[in-house]
Amino acid sequence: MSELTELTIKETARLLRLRSFSAAELVTAHAEQIERLDHRVKAYLRLTPELWEKQADEADRRIARGDLGPLVGIPMAVKDVLCVRGVETTAGSQILKGFRPPYTGTAVARLVEAGAVILGVTNCDEFAMGSSTENSGYYPTHNPWDLDRVPGGSSGGSAAAVAAGEAMIALGTDTGGSIRQPAALCGVVGMKPTYGRVSRYGLIAFASSLDQIGPFSRSVEDAAIVLEAMAGHDPLDATSSTRANDVLRNFDAGVKGMRLGLPREYYEVDGIEPAVKAAIDAAIKALRDAGAEIVDVALPHTDYGLAAYYIIAPAECSSNLARFDGVRYGISSEDAVNITEAYERTRRKGFGTEVRRRVMLGTYALSSGYYDAYYLKAQKVRTLIKRDFDAAFEKCDAIISATSPTVAFPIGSKTQDPLSMYLCDVLTLGGNLAGLPGISVPCGMTEQLLPVGLQVLAPQWREDVALRVARAYEVASGMKAEVAPLV
Amino acid sequence: MFCGCAIGRLGDPPNSNVCEICLGMPGTLPVINKAAVEACLKTALALNCDIPPHTKFDRKNYMYPDLPKGYQISQYDLPMSRDGFLELDGRRVRIRRVHLEEDTGKLIHAGDKLHKARESFVDLNRAGTPLMEVVSEPDLRSADEARDYAIALRTLLRTIGASEAEMEKGQLRAEPNISIRRPGSEELGVKTELKNINSFRALHRAILYEVVRQTELLESGGTVVQETRGWSEAEGRTFSQRSKEFAEDYRYFPEPDLPPLEIDPVWIAELRLALPELPGARRVRLVSDHGLPASDAVLIAADRDLADLFEGAVAAGAEAKQAANWIIGEVAPAGKIPTAEHLADLVKLLTLGSITRDQGREVLMESVETGRAPSDIVAEHGFAQVSDETSLLAMVEAVMEANPRAVEDYRAGKKQALGALMADLKKRSPQANPKVASELLLRLLG
Repeated sequence: MSELTELTIKETARLLRLRSFSAAELVTAHAEQIERLDHRVKAYLRLTPELWEKQADEADRRIARGDLGPLVGIPMAVKDVLCVRGVETTAGSQILKGFRPPYTGTAVARLVEAGAVILGVTNCDEFAMGSSTENSGYYPTHNPWDLDRVPGGSSGGSAAAVAAGEAMIALGTDTGGSIRQPAALCGVVGMKPTYGRVSRYGLIAFASSLDQIGPFSRSVEDAAIVLEAMAGHDPLDATSSTRANDVLRNFDAGVKGMRLGLPREYYEVDGIEPAVKAAIDAAIKALRDAGAEIVDVALPHTDYGLAAYYIIAPAECSSNLARFDGVRYGISSEDAVNITEAYERTRRKGFGTEVRRRVMLGTYALSSGYYDAYYLKAQKVRTLIKRDFDAAFEKCDAIISATSPTVAFPIGSKTQDPLSMYLCDVLTLGGNLAGLPGISVPCGMTEQLLPVGLQVLAPQWREDVALRVARAYEVASGMKAEVAPLV
Repeated sequence: MFCGCAIGRLGDPPNSNVCEICLGMPGTLPVINKAAVEACLKTALALNCDIPPHTKFDRKNYMYPDLPKGYQISQYDLPMSRDGFLELDGRRVRIRRVHLEEDTGKLIHAGDKLHKARESFVDLNRAGTPLMEVVSEPDLRSADEARDYAIALRTLLRTIGASEAEMEKGQLRAEPNISIRRPGSEELGVKTELKNINSFRALHRAILYEVVRQTELLESGGTVVQETRGWSEAEGRTFSQRSKEFAEDYRYFPEPDLPPLEIDPVWIAELRLALPELPGARRVRLVSDHGLPASDAVLIAADRDLADLFEGAVAAGAEAKQAANWIIGEVAPAGKIPTAEHLADLVKLLTLGSITRDQGREVLMESVETGRAPSDIVAEHGFAQVSDETSLLAMVEAVMEANPRAVEDYRAGKKQALGALMADLKKRSPQANPKVASELLLRLLG
């Protein structure tokens, strides 16, 4: 039965229709894998047997009726920031302990509608703020490739679940790299769509102008299938686009004749580990061999991206998190003598250190007398960064780089120095600031058997390009996302 | 303003017109209500405002239990319209801006005095209701003017269908900003803002009170503190609501969940064309076309339905002054509107002296309730027959005056002419006692 937890969507779809196993059996295999491994990996916060039983049965009925939808019966994990009706959803925070949303977010609903089966809710950094999942208000998640190391973050639980065979696909969110970076650290595929491609309705907001929902999977094709099913305009999200979803266009066309940009600012970024660089070099060679032309491009404002991000995201989050006041949902303080005290106690008790740090930073950046120097200035820098990418895309079809400057680091090694943690995002947050689609694919292991990820960034709305390049690399290199060998 | 909930009515059970969006639950997002934008644009056009090509929403951040998201979505530096005016008694009150925002919920403090309450209750029915803020320049110079301005604004809003604007229903809120200065001084004094004003009368009283308060304060050597003050209707005074020493910093920034709007100029042109005749213009026309006294015109033009009724009745043959009197004196207070034809019918009956004023009132009520024509009602009721000679005298004399031919004929010997006269009497005064009336008629005919 262990093979049932190592399949891709396409393989599963074929086997389900051949009746090699049922959706119920497939889900059971995953439930058993979780039971076997998760006390060590801790990818999940809560399991949803009541949902998976019902949904798996429904999937089997659909298959019996001849439904050919690729997602029917596919076991899926969902990051704790995505509201699922009736399921405790806490954004990885104590402040929402016990909160059961009375609604399901659009992206998740579309996948369930397409037949996916929800296994449970995965761990994440609190309110998606972090790059290691160590900021979770519950417990850290462990990297399946080395349990003493982080899975990355903020969607570390989802990445780890897929890497450990505890889910076939998983949903995460990416605001500064929170899908791509954990995907790289866990050796799986992770994709962030163009801002506006996937509805944010139901996503507990961190930074409204940066957040996007995206898939984790063990193959590029799986990611594409999930993305296509989730994407598209939603009348409940005014920032969602009405553009057609042609994400699978030219999927298998290969990279022959394509120009792939290699920004020197990314290639030579501070702190990039030699093993990572080596893996990227090998990936570049493989792409060249497959017929791509590698061109030099410049992203001159890269250095300012980190600062701009760490003003804009906290500013928006300071506002988005104001609603957590203990009045209508979540935990509520007791014994306060007035409303101000009630707010202070609830939030001090419910929010972890990193969240409070960012709320304070963000409040400061927006405050009277500082707004122009910080928030407004950061948004202007953001425009310059977007223009950098626009200019680069005149010279290339897609941009490639390492996803993360480092491989997975030991748990606890960066928690004392927030800035060092922030540096994990230097290669990914540009894509968020510019609203670009980006994907991370596994491109090798270091000597310590730690995964490295290759990032592909494409112009806005050109998910198809990012997927095409990623797919071509997958084929050319023979790199396959394996399930981590945990016993 | 940003979700699909019903506005509901005053008195609906608390928290019954809510959804996850206006409750500010995690993961929810706002979407702009187009009808609210349309109402705001129509108001802006009716107030002669400029409508810029770009407008956006902003977040106004502060935490309070009646504000579910911890911020209010409003408009800060790029409002939907600016720089207009309202004509008031021949002068212009300048309008600084008209913008849209969402309303907050309501807090009910046990015992009704915040500082003594042990419990406060949060009702979020009102949260998320579209609010249109009309801000005037400091052009109003008295409590009378302010009140007249507010009433004129209400009339305008009702005329264009942007709002019912009933203060008692909470559909219109007035928040006057008041300052005083020495005569001849160019600079405006320090202002206070008044809240909790629930009627035009309260608006007037509150302003008068505040002016006196500020005057006494300044004359005794004190200074006016810039603050928000609440009006207490019960105590007839304003009191400070400021409990902090520092002003709230709202940390405005553009609402990232709502893309900026570019208003289509074609849509604006269509809205402009579709605006009905505004009250000011209608007032003028009622005087010039129908010869109404200005005071009547003001009252009638204040209500689009009444103005339509008046002009419809006149078009159907009613005498203008009588129609105006009946609208002002009877229809408006009763609050029930007959059709223009029916009102014309009624006015004709009254003008002819066919029915008394009291009977007219009754007929009007019944006409509105049953939808039947006043003539039919009068005929059917055969209204309390008038039998005393004094009352009948007028009716009979009216008949004789209106039918000189028949009178002549009768006096010339054609006794059948009496029939024609009686027929006319019956038509004009169906309630006239025919026997007594005919005797009287015969006497008068000689």
